[in-house]
Amino acid sequence: MSFVPGMPVSVVVERIEIKKLCQGDNLILGFSIGGGIDQDPGQNPFSEDKSDKGIYVTRITPGGPAQDAGLRMGDKIMQVNGWDMTVVTHDQARKRLTKKNECVVRLLVTRKSLEQAVKHSMGSCQRP
Amino acid sequence: MDTESTYSGYSYYSGRSRGSHRHGERSRDRHKSRSKDSRSEKSVTINTPPAEPLLGDSAVRGEQVQDDNWGETTTAVTGTSEHSLSQEDIVRITKDLEDSVGLDCRRYLTLTLAVILGLLVFLTPLAFLVLPHLLWPEKLQSCGTACEGLFISVAFKLLILLLAVWALFFRPPRAGLPRVFVFRALLAVLVLLFVLSYWLFYGVRILDSQDENYQGIVQYAVSLVDALLFIHYLAIVLLELRQLQPCFSVCVTRSTDGEIRHYNLGQLSIQRAALAILEHYYCDFPVHNPALLSASKSRAAKHLAGLKVYNVDGPGNNAAAGMAHSQSRAMIAAAARRRDTSHNELYYEEAEHERRVRKRKARLVVAVEEAFTHIKRMQEEEQKKAPGDVMDPREAAQAIFPSMARALQKYLRTTKQQHCHSMESIQQHLAFCITNNMTPKAFLESYLTPGPTLQYSRDHWLSRQWMLISEASVTSGLKDGTVFQLKCVDFSLVVTTKKIPYIQMSEEYIDPKSHKFVLRLQSETSV
Repeated sequence: MSFVPGMPVSVVVERIEIKKLCQGDNLILGFSIGGGIDQDPGQNPFSEDKSDKGIYVTRITPGGPAQDAGLRMGDKIMQVNGWDMTVVTHDQARKRLTKKNECVVRLLVTRKSLEQAVKHSMGSCQRP
Repeated sequence: MDTESTYSGYSYYSGRSRGSHRHGERSRDRHKSRSKDSRSEKSVTINTPPAEPLLGDSAVRGEQVQDDNWGETTTAVTGTSEHSLSQEDIVRITKDLEDSVGLDCRRYLTLTLAVILGLLVFLTPLAFLVLPHLLWPEKLQSCGTACEGLFISVAFKLLILLLAVWALFFRPPRAGLPRVFVFRALLAVLVLLFVLSYWLFYGVRILDSQDENYQGIVQYAVSLVDALLFIHYLAIVLLELRQLQPCFSVCVTRSTDGEIRHYNLGQLSIQRAALAILEHYYCDFPVHNPALLSASKSRAAKHLAGLKVYNVDGPGNNAAAGMAHSQSRAMIAAAARRRDTSHNELYYEEAEHERRVRKRKARLVVAVEEAFTHIKRMQEEEQKKAPGDVMDPREAAQAIFPSMARALQKYLRTTKQQHCHSMESIQQHLAFCITNNMTPKAFLESYLTPGPTLQYSRDHWLSRQWMLISEASVTSGLKDGTVFQLKCVDFSLVVTTKKIPYIQMSEEYIDPKSHKFVLRLQSETSV
């Protein structure tokens, strides 16, 4: 997941669909995000490359819709409902996730274990 | 209309000096006034076509012509600075004549009273000790050891009292206040009563009965001196210590150019507060420069000069007061509607002036720096070797002054300070700076910014005569909201008082170990 600014990124992503839970007046997803192009990337405990300014999942509410959908702590969110999340500010990311007129968010997330899983499966599958 | 009255004064003086040109000016001004009338007809004014009342009433017409003349002669600002100085000189001379007679009398009176009281106070203990020996020496008991010890104590206490009184009271008076200084008067009365009561007791109990107990008499004298020392302590507390704690905050505004300063004063009477403020005035306020105020006066004249009110209904109309009121209202309304471009002129004039000042300042700084490079201080060894062209500071100043004189004069003219500095004073200042190894910037600083009045020559301490104008009695103390004025010839200082509020301070203890910090990883938002 090395990130070179200006070059296209190619990663293995997982598609996760989360239905928003109605809690009083708010629609919540059940996780917390951190990161953004206006934040300090050096303090991100989940990123491999400390200059990566993407949006990461920092906390998952146990029993919330995100946990049920398969989101894990440390995931980097690449897209939300088609909107890119690799080069956004923290506030823009929050807004994309908390739109009141959307009940469902479809995320494309990536994590280190996905790459390893793909390599493993590619490695184990021996070509003749 | 106030500006018109002052202008009448100025125009009178300028008219007086140019007597020969007066008639010529009048005819020229009549032409100008006619053209001015036609100009004002274009703007919105309460205007009438030239009708009967104007032509018929020759007195009114004459006055109006004279009005125009006065407007014209003052806009030609003919050396108002020179005339204002002469006017001030006249006033100063008359004031000096007045005050030299009245105030000295009062000063000598208080001085003699003080001296008499002082002599009475000092000679009383000595008299108490000496009189028994003179009047009934045979009957008197001889003075034992304790008694002679008391003599030493009386002597030293009197010496201390003498030094203390000299330190507190025998200082040169720094001002003449309009009313008597209340605390001093009370103290003098107290001392007098005290000494008189002691004399009364002495006279009745000791002199009449011719008491033989000399030690008792000496102890009586010692108690008198002790009590006098305590009265002196009371004097220190009342006169010097009480007003040290700041209690009021005063705001001093100069009426001509609005300079404001704030000071903290203690509990003082109005006249003593005025004195303290004046002492601060001479060091803090920049010098009063009447030349800087002429621009706003000429603008004010232009505002009023464009409007004329004509009495359409004819003279002799009843309710004259109502007429005047409606006339002024009409003028204000017309002035508001008139498209006035004077703000434009002011803006461009100020920008132009600032640019000119900066340019002249740059030239001046360069000229002075260059002039200072021409001389250098001679060292000790060189002094013995080459006695050729050696100059003392005054000659050195005179040698380098011509190269910077022109630039300096132009700068002073542009900033309208030329009457504050004479050639002699500039050369003296230059010699002073050279003697003390000052840089060119240090030399220039006193010309670039107007300093406090103290900085200039004694001619500028024109106002040593101040008048205190107050609604409350000047010996009453300062209170919250007291307002009074200190007027001198050129301007007045308006002083307002505010009480410093009672400050309630509380404490909060912070344990030094409680300063703990954590890193904020990244701002985290829950969605």
